[in-house]
Amino acid sequence: MTEQLVRTRPTGGWTGSLRRGMERNLPPAKLLPDEQPSYVASWIYVFGVLTLTALLVVVGSGIVLSVRGPDWWHTSAVGHYFNSVHLWSVELLMVFMSVHLIGKFFMAAWRGRRALTWITGAVSFIACATTALTGYLIQQNFDAQWISTQAKDGLNAIGVGAYFNVMDFGQMMLWHVALFPIVVALVVLLHILLVRRRGVVPPIARAGAAGDRS
Amino acid sequence: MSRWPREAAEPDPSSFGSRPYDLVKEFVVALVGVTVLTLLLAAVFSSPDEKSMSVASWAKADPGDFTATALAELDGSSDTAGYGPPYNTAADGQKIGPFALAKTVGVTHAIDTAQAFVLTPLEQATQSPDVRAALGTYMSASDDQRGAWTDAYSTALDKAGDDPAKVTPGGYGPVPVLLSQLLAQAKSGSLDATLSAESGFYHSDYTLPLMFLADGSDLAAAGEQQHLAGDQWGMTNEVDNYPGQVWLIPDSFFYQVSPFDHSPNGDALVWAVMAVLTAVFLLVPFIPGLRRIPRLIPVYRLVWREHYKTHP
Repeated sequence: MTEQLVRTRPTGGWTGSLRRGMERNLPPAKLLPDEQPSYVASWIYVFGVLTLTALLVVVGSGIVLSVRGPDWWHTSAVGHYFNSVHLWSVELLMVFMSVHLIGKFFMAAWRGRRALTWITGAVSFIACATTALTGYLIQQNFDAQWISTQAKDGLNAIGVGAYFNVMDFGQMMLWHVALFPIVVALVVLLHILLVRRRGVVPPIARAGAAGDRS
Repeated sequence: MSRWPREAAEPDPSSFGSRPYDLVKEFVVALVGVTVLTLLLAAVFSSPDEKSMSVASWAKADPGDFTATALAELDGSSDTAGYGPPYNTAADGQKIGPFALAKTVGVTHAIDTAQAFVLTPLEQATQSPDVRAALGTYMSASDDQRGAWTDAYSTALDKAGDDPAKVTPGGYGPVPVLLSQLLAQAKSGSLDATLSAESGFYHSDYTLPLMFLADGSDLAAAGEQQHLAGDQWGMTNEVDNYPGQVWLIPDSFFYQVSPFDHSPNGDALVWAVMAVLTAVFLLVPFIPGLRRIPRLIPVYRLVWREHYKTHP
């Protein structure tokens, strides 16, 4: 009896537990499937991947702007172009994400233990919007002056401005290029892993049909 | 009692049958498409870069407004001087009901407007004997005496339409000399550098010059001209009619309607409402009624119309 217990006891400590958990919840076939349920047949599904790719263009153009520093795009035509790419990729990101979000709402995509998938998606939207705000604040132009002097009143009103000073260019730069992107990356990664783990939400059973639980 | 078990009982996606789906190909095609679309939008529409306003450009363009603002900083009647936390204790800050969050957090970026915007810049520059004498007179005077000088000059400046050159002689003590010299420093551009560098050689914090600019009238006028003011849905607008932060429409909406548009606690109240709405947004899956909306407005029939053809 004791030998049996020893043989079946999980091994590998925390590392082993993590590996087994990953193998159980996210096997390769689930993580990168080459098939999807038959009901995944609508243009609305495209907006998830469009959101992700727009985010990658935002990050890519942001990296180019970071390499040359914050003054570059004000003095160089090439720099200004990359700033434009950054701006328009953000606009596309938010449009794609909004359509994705609205679509998922009307699909009631939180069904079947997918509530955390919805929540991480919603947090991603908020994190992206906040990151975008800090981007506007570090433009070093009239826009940044105006937005920072206006935004400070809202943040000060709830005490946040005491520690998150939108008129401190250095602080906002670090939040924009380091801290918020880390938050966005982690939340988006978790969102994608949850989508892969639970699979695409099935169709809502029509009223009176088999499986209707309304 | 919980609805969780019912929610968890949704059928497994694999039970619906499957079809080939190349996720990697979809991702690559989307990445190329979005990249090309972004490059085209950037090439066609570019991006705005409206030159920033400086204290120098403000002083040159509107010396009267600059002088009136500097006087307000000196006598403690400016917006910044009366702001409250996190800059000073002149007010309690905004409240949400009985909760004064700003006051609770306290002063973290102390700004003495007279010292920061007027006296320190004058003290740090090399001055003529007249200005040095005026500074000495002002610094050694009592608070009552300083108040009498600034009150008298403020009244005279109002009468002169904010034009210092038209102010009639009176008992203003050293105030006109100080403000005239500050205006000269501002026009030369040295005040921009002084305000930014009060914390040292290296600096990245523009709180002081931005607060000073915001206390004047010209920054607000420029913002309104670009349709960026709060009552113009400015939060969602951008200079030159570029698309702005349109995703802030819900926040901006509340600034347009009563009581938020006129309440002295408007900012705090809007934040409170948005905090509640954000919580609702995050917790949609758990809110009875709200989570049933997709069944009541059957957009899902469009999404899964192919499926319903075979599963009526």
